[in-house]
Amino acid sequence: MISEHLPALQVVIPLLGAVLCACFKRGVAAWFVACVASVAVLIVSVGLLAQVYDGGTISYALGGWRPPFGIEYRIDIFNAYVLVLVSVIGAVIMPYAKRSVEQEIPADRQAWFYSIYLLCLCGLLGIAITGDAFNAFVFMEISSLATYALIAMGRDRRALLAAYQYLIMGTIGATFYVIGVGLLYSMTGTLNLVDMANRLAGIEESRAVLAALAFLTVGISLKLALFPLHVWLPNAYAYAPSMATAFLSATATKVAVYLLLRYFFTVFGVSVVYADLPISWIFLVLSLAAMFGASVVAVFQNNIKRMLAYSSVGQIGYITLGIGIANETGLTGGIVHLFNHAVTKATLFMAVGAIFFRIGSVRIEDLGGVGKQMPWTAGAFVIAGFSLLGIPGTVGFITKWYLGLGAAEDGWWWLVILIVLSSMLSVVYIGRFVEVMWFRDVVPAARRAKEPPLSMLLPTLLLTGATIFFGFDTRLTEGVAELAAQWLLSGAR
Amino acid sequence: MAAIGGTMTGQTLITLALLVPAIGAFLIWATSRNPNVRETTTLVTASVLFAIVLAILDRVIDGQELATGAFPVVPGVEIRFEVEPLGMLFACVASGLWIVNSVYSIGYMRGNKEPRQTPFYVCFAIALASTMGVAFAANLFTLFLFYEALTLSTYPLVAHKGDDAARAGGRTYLLVLLGTSTVLLLPAIIATAFIAGTLDFVPGGIFTGKADKLTLMFVLVLFMFGIGKAALMPFHKWLPAAMVAPTPVSALLHAVAVVKAGVFTVSKVIIYVFGLNLLSETGAGEWLVFVAAFSLVMASVIALTKDNLKARLAYSTVSQLAYVVLGASFANAMGLIGSGMHIAMHAAGKITLFFCAGAIYVATKKTEVSDMAGIGRVMPVTMFAFLIGSLSIIGLPPLGGTWSKWFIAAGAVDSGHLFVIGVLIVSSLLNIAYLMPVVVRGYLHPPSDLAAGARARVKEAPYPCVLACSVTALLCVVLFFQAGAIEELLKGAVSQAGPLLAGGVP
Repeated sequence: MISEHLPALQVVIPLLGAVLCACFKRGVAAWFVACVASVAVLIVSVGLLAQVYDGGTISYALGGWRPPFGIEYRIDIFNAYVLVLVSVIGAVIMPYAKRSVEQEIPADRQAWFYSIYLLCLCGLLGIAITGDAFNAFVFMEISSLATYALIAMGRDRRALLAAYQYLIMGTIGATFYVIGVGLLYSMTGTLNLVDMANRLAGIEESRAVLAALAFLTVGISLKLALFPLHVWLPNAYAYAPSMATAFLSATATKVAVYLLLRYFFTVFGVSVVYADLPISWIFLVLSLAAMFGASVVAVFQNNIKRMLAYSSVGQIGYITLGIGIANETGLTGGIVHLFNHAVTKATLFMAVGAIFFRIGSVRIEDLGGVGKQMPWTAGAFVIAGFSLLGIPGTVGFITKWYLGLGAAEDGWWWLVILIVLSSMLSVVYIGRFVEVMWFRDVVPAARRAKEPPLSMLLPTLLLTGATIFFGFDTRLTEGVAELAAQWLLSGAR
Repeated sequence: MAAIGGTMTGQTLITLALLVPAIGAFLIWATSRNPNVRETTTLVTASVLFAIVLAILDRVIDGQELATGAFPVVPGVEIRFEVEPLGMLFACVASGLWIVNSVYSIGYMRGNKEPRQTPFYVCFAIALASTMGVAFAANLFTLFLFYEALTLSTYPLVAHKGDDAARAGGRTYLLVLLGTSTVLLLPAIIATAFIAGTLDFVPGGIFTGKADKLTLMFVLVLFMFGIGKAALMPFHKWLPAAMVAPTPVSALLHAVAVVKAGVFTVSKVIIYVFGLNLLSETGAGEWLVFVAAFSLVMASVIALTKDNLKARLAYSTVSQLAYVVLGASFANAMGLIGSGMHIAMHAAGKITLFFCAGAIYVATKKTEVSDMAGIGRVMPVTMFAFLIGSLSIIGLPPLGGTWSKWFIAAGAVDSGHLFVIGVLIVSSLLNIAYLMPVVVRGYLHPPSDLAAGARARVKEAPYPCVLACSVTALLCVVLFFQAGAIEELLKGAVSQAGPLLAGGVP
């Protein structure tokens, strides 16, 4: 039965696709392969979510080697959700990619671009699906190396510097991660996460285990761009090709958050992480610093992609705030924001990519009157912007509601006020661009702009619709996030 | 009108009231190529909406309960609609005046040759759909959803002109309204969900026995200042800022729909979230009397200093909104009837004044009061309508404004706040002081730009503008005689909300 082997297919399909892409000379053929692979990956991940939803956790022994000796792929409600999230974005973005990549990447490198993109997808899905600490490291490196290359392909020469910056930071992060895993391996003698959790019982208090927790937290926090470890992100997002930015902003940091939660809740356990260490406070403070600090910086950006990148750092703050609040409601808010922010930010970056496609600039002075020339694209930007502000009827509100209620349950009313205050900053940084796009006269740069081709516009509008739809019908997003939060907090067994 | 909704269920009628303006917005966009068809669409949409609202009113008077099913968003948060007397009144006022305002808009927008008229009419229709959502909301979330939609759909109207002043006005508008609703109102709603466990509007309130006085007071502060549309000082700056919008927007949205959505929400929260009994027993709302009274007098004083007619009217609105909040803050039957009635009475009076201000602008391009000497000789009908509207705002019989002020004063006596009577008298005097000079200057002073001895020639604004302000001026008179009907309707809200307190209804 093929459905038994879905876990393997989830990673194998993009890997094979990447190899196949590299064989082609022409970008269109590679694009077609990437398209097929992305859609297949989506079907697989939805199939897995359905299986987990009905039948509970799936354990898949890769290559038939029994866990804990072989590599185990372990899919529960939480990572099934993350797999769907990554593959949905991957599939929706593919039709968009064609024209955008044709314009931004030299013809002889387009096939490479798609090949690297599929490797990145493979790495991200691998991190989410594996139940093995070292295997996760391998996939982390696959996705990171692919990401450096994707960023470096940006048209702007500063993309090279940004990629290099991320390379240095990312390598430090990966090294920290591997040191943490090494320490855990020396204490438990296993790399299987479930097995590791069992063997940690009784020795959680030892220095080596706590040091491992510290290394893992810092290492993964670098990957998820937790303030103040975010410095690689703004340049990387600002100068990467439009399609890569949209994809990475929606998926890469989310998968890192997933990995962190995986270690916190299923390996170390709530009692170690929250009771013995001030992790809750560390995350609260750093999240708030991100929500305010990064948002303030976003207000002063004149490059719209950089503005959105800083906004991402702030929005990641909302996700980690849920980890800091650490009750069921707050954690639900954090987890649901993985999806909500992915959809919102992907829409924003895709709209901006479409504007870049027509105007060739992303600077505020060249965007005057774009709303009149490209009403659908600029409209998508406005609606996704609403979601960023947390207007009711969009996905952003759902997040804010859960985080606020979660903070209230802990009696932290000051935090409720801080959460809503920080969203006022997004009113300013989004409002600035909306005002320029819609209420300024058309600038010369935008005079000949028109709507992007349908292959770019429709995926953008589809995701725009999703920011509204999942703001009303939250059975899928909030429902799964709540299950995941319950499951994580109950010891995740 | 009963015939229209004869066979429809309450759910269908409410859904239609929300959908008709939304579909209208789409049709206006679709017919943008032909301005005459587009304007006809607006008028037809407005008329159909008013007919639907009247059909709903018919049912309510018959004593039927109209509600829709619930659409759950997340556990404990759902979208649901239910008609109650206060919302009924608000919906009638807003949808009825939309027809008149649309007629006026046609005259104003064409007379002024304004650009971008299609987005103007589209946003207007969306704003009305949002207003219907606010009026019929059955819980705090639904109300909040449409409250925010109203802010966002009216922002393009404020920034319509697209010059520096319009953009600056729009910025203030958006920041103050979104700021208050996000930073104060949303936490208030979260607190309500957390403390009461529900967001539903329930007659008698949902807090009884669940919170102490201090908590109640704190939540009430969040609500009252969070509802920025009620323009309680110090969060009133958005309203004068909104005056950069074309006058039809100031008239219907910033004298009726948007601001009334604010004070309507205040009344809803006081009646259906806190409950009159709880508030009067604990005294948690005592402070609101003083804040509202201060806002009431202070805004009138500021209005005196404004030479720009629309700015003067804007501050007058701030002051008149404080009447509504003041009436509600007494937490007794008389106060609430007065406050609900004032929503209608002030609407008719203030929209007349704005119509006149806009008509003067279209005909003469004059905006400052000091330039309007002799304008009554040039535009006699407009100026007479202005006189009627002013007298209604001041509260003189036989005009509608008389009754609402009467009830609010009675509410003050019932609740023992006798100083409020003094405040009301001072305020009425201030109203005379800032409105009457316009009329006096208009009729009695000779036109400044006229050669000595020459007679001024009558030159009115386009006839739709004149028609519109005559209709609303007439409405001020009609409302004086129909106040009993409004009182009957509103009694339903306050009797549901708790027993009539001392004094009762005379």
